[in-house]
Formats: sequence, C-alpha cells, structure tokens
Amino acid sequence: MIARMVKSKSTFVGDMVFAVVCVIISLMCLIPMINLLARSLSGTDFLVKHQVYLLPKGLNFDAYTTVLGDPKYLKAFVWTLFLTLVSTLISLTMTTLCAYPLIFTKLKGRSVFNIIITITMFFSAGTIPNYLLMKDLNLLDNPLVLIIPSCLSVYNMIIMRSFFYGIPDSLREAAEIDGASYFRILWSVYIPLSKPVIATLALFYAVGRWNGYSDALMYMKNKDFYPLQLLLYNILNNINSVEVATQEGFSTPGLSESLKAAIVMFSTIPILCVYPFLQKYFIHGVTVGAVKE
Amino acid sequence: MSAIAKEQELVSSAPKERVKWVAYLKRYWQLYVLLFLPMLYLLVFKYVPMKYVLIAFKKYSIVQSIGEMPWADNHGMQYFIQAFQNKDFVNALRNTIVLNLLDLVIGFPIPIIFALILNELAFKRFKKVVQTIAYMPHFLSWVIIYGLAIQLFTPTSGLVNMFITKLGGQAIPFLNDPGKWVGTYIFLGIWQSFGWNSIIYLAAMAGISPELYEAASVDGAGRFSKMWHITLPGIRGTIVVLLVMALGNIIGSGFDRPFALQNNLVMQNAEVISTFVYKNGIKGLQFSLTTAVGLFQSIVGVVFLLFANWLARKLGERGIW
Repeated sequence: MIARMVKSKSTFVGDMVFAVVCVIISLMCLIPMINLLARSLSGTDFLVKHQVYLLPKGLNFDAYTTVLGDPKYLKAFVWTLFLTLVSTLISLTMTTLCAYPLIFTKLKGRSVFNIIITITMFFSAGTIPNYLLMKDLNLLDNPLVLIIPSCLSVYNMIIMRSFFYGIPDSLREAAEIDGASYFRILWSVYIPLSKPVIATLALFYAVGRWNGYSDALMYMKNKDFYPLQLLLYNILNNINSVEVATQEGFSTPGLSESLKAAIVMFSTIPILCVYPFLQKYFIHGVTVGAVKE
Repeated sequence: MSAIAKEQELVSSAPKERVKWVAYLKRYWQLYVLLFLPMLYLLVFKYVPMKYVLIAFKKYSIVQSIGEMPWADNHGMQYFIQAFQNKDFVNALRNTIVLNLLDLVIGFPIPIIFALILNELAFKRFKKVVQTIAYMPHFLSWVIIYGLAIQLFTPTSGLVNMFITKLGGQAIPFLNDPGKWVGTYIFLGIWQSFGWNSIIYLAAMAGISPELYEAASVDGAGRFSKMWHITLPGIRGTIVVLLVMALGNIIGSGFDRPFALQNNLVMQNAEVISTFVYKNGIKGLQFSLTTAVGLFQSIVGVVFLLFANWLARKLGERGIW
C-alpha cells in the first residue's frame, strides 16, 4: 500500500505509541496469571510475609504434589474431562443434525422449524421452570443433567448453518445426481469440508462445559458428580473465609494460600493449552452472522 | 356451478396430492430423521418449560399438577405484586440495571478502542501475539477469575494492595466494600471480555475497502482523521447491532459472573435478579414468586430488545432484523 511505503516520522511515533499501549494491555491480561503461578510455587514463609510478587520465592512444588496426591481433586479433574469430552461430542452431533437439513430450501416445513428455533433465542422460560422440568424428568442429581439440557446451542447451530451455506451447492448437487443419500452427502461432503467450524464449535462447547458450574450448583446435590469448577468455587469460598478470619488475628493458613493458587492453576491449564491452536478457526466462528456488509 | 366444479377438482386432485407427498417423502425423509432429535430437544427443554411459567399465576403446591393448583389472589397477579413489595427483589432489580448500565457505558466502547489500536499496529507478528493474550481471559471461568481476583485484591495479601501499601498507601478493600465491589465487578467484566469482543470489530474493519484509505492518504489525511472518518464509519453497522443486543440485555443477568464474584459483605450492591431467583427459588422454595420474577425479566427483556431495534431503525440503521 502507498500509505505504508511513504512512512513519515510521525507515523513511526504513532506506531510506537500503539505498540506500547498493546504491551501494557497484554501485561494486564498476563500479570494475574503470572502472580497466580508464582504463588502456587512459593514457600509458605514468603507468602505469609507478603513477599511474593511475580516471581516465586522459596521455589517448591509442594502445592502441586498435594493437589495431585489428593484423590478429591484428581477425581474431579478426570470426571470433568470425561464430562467435557462426552458433552462436546453429543453437542457437536446435535448441532450438525439441526443445521444440515435446514440448508435445503426444498425442505417442506423449513420455515416452521426456523420459527421454532428463533423463538427460543428471544424468550426463555426462566430458571425455576427449567428446574421444575428437571425435577419432573427425574434428572435432578442425575449426571445426565450436566450433558443433556445443554446439548444444543442455537447460536452455535446458526454458526454451523452459515458455514454450510458457504459450501457450494454444486458439490451437493453432483452428489445427488450420483445417487448419494442425504445421510451420505452429510457424511462425505459436508463434514469433511467443515473442519474449521467443527473445531470452533468443539472449542466453544468444551470451554462452556469445562467452565460451567451453575447447572451443577442448581441440579446436583451429590458431591461425587461436582465438576471441577464447582469444587473450586466451594474451596475458594471456604479458604476465603479463613482469609477473613486471619485479618481478625487468627493463625495464617500459609499452605492453603499456595494450595489455593495451585488448584486454580490446575483447573485452568487444559483450556490455556488448547485455545491458542484454534485461534485461526474461532475468529471466523465469532464473526459469522455478526458482521453485516 | 363453479363451486361444484372446484369441489370435483379437489376430489380428483386429492390422490394426486398424496402421490406427490409420498414421492416427496421418499426423497427427503432422511432430512426429517436427522431433524428429529434436535427438534425433540427444543420442544422438551425449551418449550415444555413454558408450561411451568403458569406457576407464576398459581399457588404452587408440590402435590398438585399445574392444572390443579389454585389461581393466585388478585386475579392471579398476587406474586407479581408481592415481588414489587419485596425489598430484596426491588434491590436486585435496581442492582441488575445499574450494573448492566455501567457495563454498557464503560465496557461497550473499550473493545472498539482496542480494535482500533490493533488495526493500526504495523507489526503483524506482534499483533497476533497481543490478540492471543487478549483473548485468554475469555476462556477462564468466572470461578477462576474470582480466584484471581482474590489473589489480586484482598486487603492484606492481594498483589495490588501489596503494591499500594508498599508505596505507603492504605490497602483498599476492592472485594469487601459494597461501592468498591461494583468497580471491581465492572473491571473484571471488561478484563474478561474486551479482547474477545474486539474480534467482531476487527473483522468489520478488515471488510473496509483499502481504496478508501489510499484516497484519504492522497488527500493528505493523517492517521487519526482516517480512523475517525473511515474506520469508525466503516464499522458503524456492527456497532449498532451490538448496541441493540446490549440494550436488549439491560435487565438480563447472567448467573455465573455475579454469583461467583459476590460475597456476604457486598450483597446490597451485588444481588441481581438471577442470583435472587436462585436463592429464593431453588434454595428458598418460593417457586411462584421467583417464576413471576423470571417471567417479568424475560418479558421486559424482549420489550427492551424490540424497542432498541425500533430505535436503531428509526435512526436509519439496519438493526438486528
């Protein structure tokens, strides 16, 4: 571009100012995580004396050993991982089943289906009606309640449908002429071509399930089926009350401070490991349907 | 006579219609099979609950079916009246609106500004790294963010307060003082979402024709006048769509964020409708009252959305439909 080629001194200064602003913004995002990591790796004495900033002092892995040695955390971790995998698979299947038939303009009743879907985006019955439904379906305290009620997001379905619309009709028509069934066309034409959107929605569903805790809070009493985030919520609140107690002069719970940090770290890591690799896909997913030309 | 003719025509065409249908279904039945489970899901989990909304107008009883429950007093409106006489609900309603308005006024422009800055970054690699970092908070759960907030903001051992006291200041109770809590809540909301929300604006900016910028450069426009006169107008449609949706959500309240961040010391400012419903409904078993509250919230939400969209169209924008 011409503008980039004739670069004056003032645009260089401008570039630097914007770059510095971006560095500051990035630091604001990173510092809480760095601080967390430092605390989880620090020695009790340094934490009690409030000497830990961004680098661990008295480096040790005791907190992580405790977390990994305690079957309570490990079990919740494995259970949440399992839950996330299963519900992501089911959700992706349901989303595909819903999105694919709706791209056929010849489908009779298509507008009725679309209306059924659209209404749910604008009006929801609310927390208590949903709760009473779970109760009547005998889903309360049933681990399935963490999978089935959230197995289809209409927003995600719309993202997938928009992606399907973008696949040329000619591919489908060629398959139809070859006598392929609609199951077959979905399986052999649409799904192989839709890897970017499937990756995006898998990320959205998996993150939603991994991070979600309100359904377990409302529908689950059995602690064995608590997802990690709900367990973490309970732990943080107990430990937080200890922290209030400390201010009033009780003994300081040193290990619990680094332990707390280690548990938070432990429940964050899976997502932080995954999302950067899917970035180029989800950016497309977010913008589908939201940007009007 | 024409009526008879028509009738005859109908009679004779009926089998033909049926043949057409059979042929149609023979061809397309698979699509209906595929749609069966999603539609069943929507009917059971999105439409059946609407039946339970009737509880808002009835005296809830655990042993009776909805049909059998007696209507509430005051022509069924008893629980709506009761809600507005309930000090806690009125407070939760006020908090919901105040927190959402603050989110809107402070939080809405920030992703736009961030996207403008990113769009101006000359170093592509660096831009990518900044984006990856800025998207990160969106992937953290509110429980984890609460955990981070404790580490940053508690008066004695929080990182921020450690700095403040080291510099000779007084520790600030960011999480335990009702007024300061509101600031923390808004800040954490922005922190979590500004990067993610900037994606849409960046995509809209990528759609602006480069020729416009080139023409402006030829006319001697500087960087800021290009941002002001080309980039911002270029994403105006996107801004309006998102603004309409935000306005439609002004009385809505997610559950995860307020519930994770609130604590007993700040409840006067932190209780919102969703947490009120959870505590008084699922915990407190006042099903009729909380269903009424939920219904009120849903209806006001739809009205706000329609109004915002109407306003956008009135102002010459396209709105969301």
